Amino acid sequence: MSDAPIISIRDLRKVYRVGEVEVQALRGVDLDVARGEFLSIIGPSGSGKSTLFHIIGGLTPPTSGSVHIAGLDLLGLTDAQRTELRKTSVGFVFQKYNLLPTLTARDNIEIARHIAHKNGPLDPQFEEVLKLLGIAGRLDHKPRALSGGEQQRVAIARAIVNHPAILLADEPTGNLDTENSNAVLGILRGLNDRLGQTILMITHNPEAAAYGHRVVRMRDGRIE
Amino acid sequence: MINKLVLENLKHRPVRTLLSILAIGIQVTMVLTLVGLSKGMLNDQARRAEGVGADILVRPPSGAIIISGGQMLARIIPVVIEKQPHVTVASGVLIYGTDLFKSITGIDLASFNKMSGGFRFVHGGPFQHPDDVMVDELYAAQHKLHVGDTIQEMNRPWRVSGIYIPGMLARMVVPLDTLQDLTANTGKVTLVYVKIDQPANINPAIAALSERLKEYKIFSMQDYVTLFSPGNIPMLTEFIYVVIGLGVLVGFLVVFLSMYTAVLERTREIGVLKALGASPGFILNILLRETTLLAVAGSILGIALAYGTRALIANLIPGTLVQDIVYLWWLISAAIALVGALLGAVYPGLKAARQDAIEALAYE
Ligand SMILES: Nc1ncnc2c1ncn2[C@@H]1O[C@H](COP(=O)(O)OP(=O)(O)O)[C@@H](O)[C@H]1O
Ligand SMILES: [Mg+2]
Repeated sequence: MSDAPIISIRDLRKVYRVGEVEVQALRGVDLDVARGEFLSIIGPSGSGKSTLFHIIGGLTPPTSGSVHIAGLDLLGLTDAQRTELRKTSVGFVFQKYNLLPTLTARDNIEIARHIAHKNGPLDPQFEEVLKLLGIAGRLDHKPRALSGGEQQRVAIARAIVNHPAILLADEPTGNLDTENSNAVLGILRGLNDRLGQTILMITHNPEAAAYGHRVVRMRDGRIE
Repeated sequence: MINKLVLENLKHRPVRTLLSILAIGIQVTMVLTLVGLSKGMLNDQARRAEGVGADILVRPPSGAIIISGGQMLARIIPVVIEKQPHVTVASGVLIYGTDLFKSITGIDLASFNKMSGGFRFVHGGPFQHPDDVMVDELYAAQHKLHVGDTIQEMNRPWRVSGIYIPGMLARMVVPLDTLQDLTANTGKVTLVYVKIDQPANINPAIAALSERLKEYKIFSMQDYVTLFSPGNIPMLTEFIYVVIGLGVLVGFLVVFLSMYTAVLERTREIGVLKALGASPGFILNILLRETTLLAVAGSILGIALAYGTRALIANLIPGTLVQDIVYLWWLISAAIALVGALLGAVYPGLKAARQDAIEALAYE
């Protein structure tokens, strides 16, 4: 395993232009994340946490600064290259589970594989993961028949099915009760321990943040 | 997998999906029924013209090829024609249109029977009196007529003398003299059917007749029936184009609206797909497949409905309208529906493909 950080960010800035107004969402972020690390990010609402994830995950381009993901420089990537990054290198988990409502849990996972051009049967390692997630028996239900905790576990399965280098979880327990929160956090921790999955997690909750190896705090578009 | 998503999306909003399919289906039926009626009416006329058993047809110098009217021939013409070489019999008929889909035909029974071998009656028989009328079975069925009944046409009563098997000249036939007098056309006919002694002599006879009757239009029966196509009916082709244009427009509007609302309500899902690495082309592909499925289902429904309109016409007004099933137009009307639908999906599809994933996911 190489010692080079999987994420390396220097003086990252992001300006959103809303009509005439410029919103400085990120004002010079520096961050290194090692391969296999589980990093928690906390900070008040509006401090730029989600924006940071959207840039790392290739959903939006940086305005300036340097962002390297597994050696790839994100500044100046084309739309198509960012699509490729999302397809192959990152997995997203959101606060609002964001499963496709018309598809069963299994098909929500399958569609992620389909988009990444992976077909055929699931690999045995992933079957183990499904057991770990405790949703193996719920896969043929549509999201509306699943509890919030179950939906979030399906969303995690979907995010990691293509073995992304980085899992980005944006307030994954924000909508869950304590019991389900603990289950989901335990699962993330388990994925990190057993599979060495690199995880970045945004949370409001200090207890949740404590599941990570390291906690960073954001305020006003910077890391404190 | 993508097909599963497409199907599930359509099933997710059954009412919207069914209404779209119905609208496309009605549009397809509209085109199929119009084309089927055009061809059906013309083929039926052609069959009836063939049923006369003539080899040559003589039409007045002016007037449309198929629709009756134009200058009447002087009564003298059949007599002249009959004297030409190879002609065995010439029979003039007078066609009087009472409304768009109905006409009364006056015939000279003696010469007509000699040419055609006579009407084959289901009930009754040929005219006995000047104000007798003969109708075919379809007309009789539609108007519930029996031999001996009296019908009112041209402001006077006619007695039904016989009901004959369809496929002979016209649906309603009266004595030539009576119709000539009634319409102030004494001594005149609309066209003349001519029978020739042997098939080999048809062309020489046409040449001879053309020489003798310079102004007139003279066709072999074989050529004449091939003229019964929509392209030879003034404005019919244009009318069909207008209906096709409307069909494309209806398909366009219905699918535009349906897909537009679908894209609006799926903002979040489109964002999710993009977060999973779906390209704009992938998103567009989903919507185009949904659209294609709507168009295909609509076309199948439309074809089924066209059988419905045909059955309805055949049961209610078999003596007025005839609708054929024209298989080639299944493909054409389905293609029309597909084009309209795909055009309607372009704007919503591009909107979805270009949609910003972050904004879609930002609604919390
Ligand atoms: N797509 C966007 N367009 C314009 N402004 C945005 C957009 N996304 C976020 N912002 C703004 O950027 C700032 C940081 O937002 P965000 O990254 O969502 O913070 P957090 O996730 O920490 O709550 C906020 O002021 C927010 O209003
Ligand atoms: Mg946020």
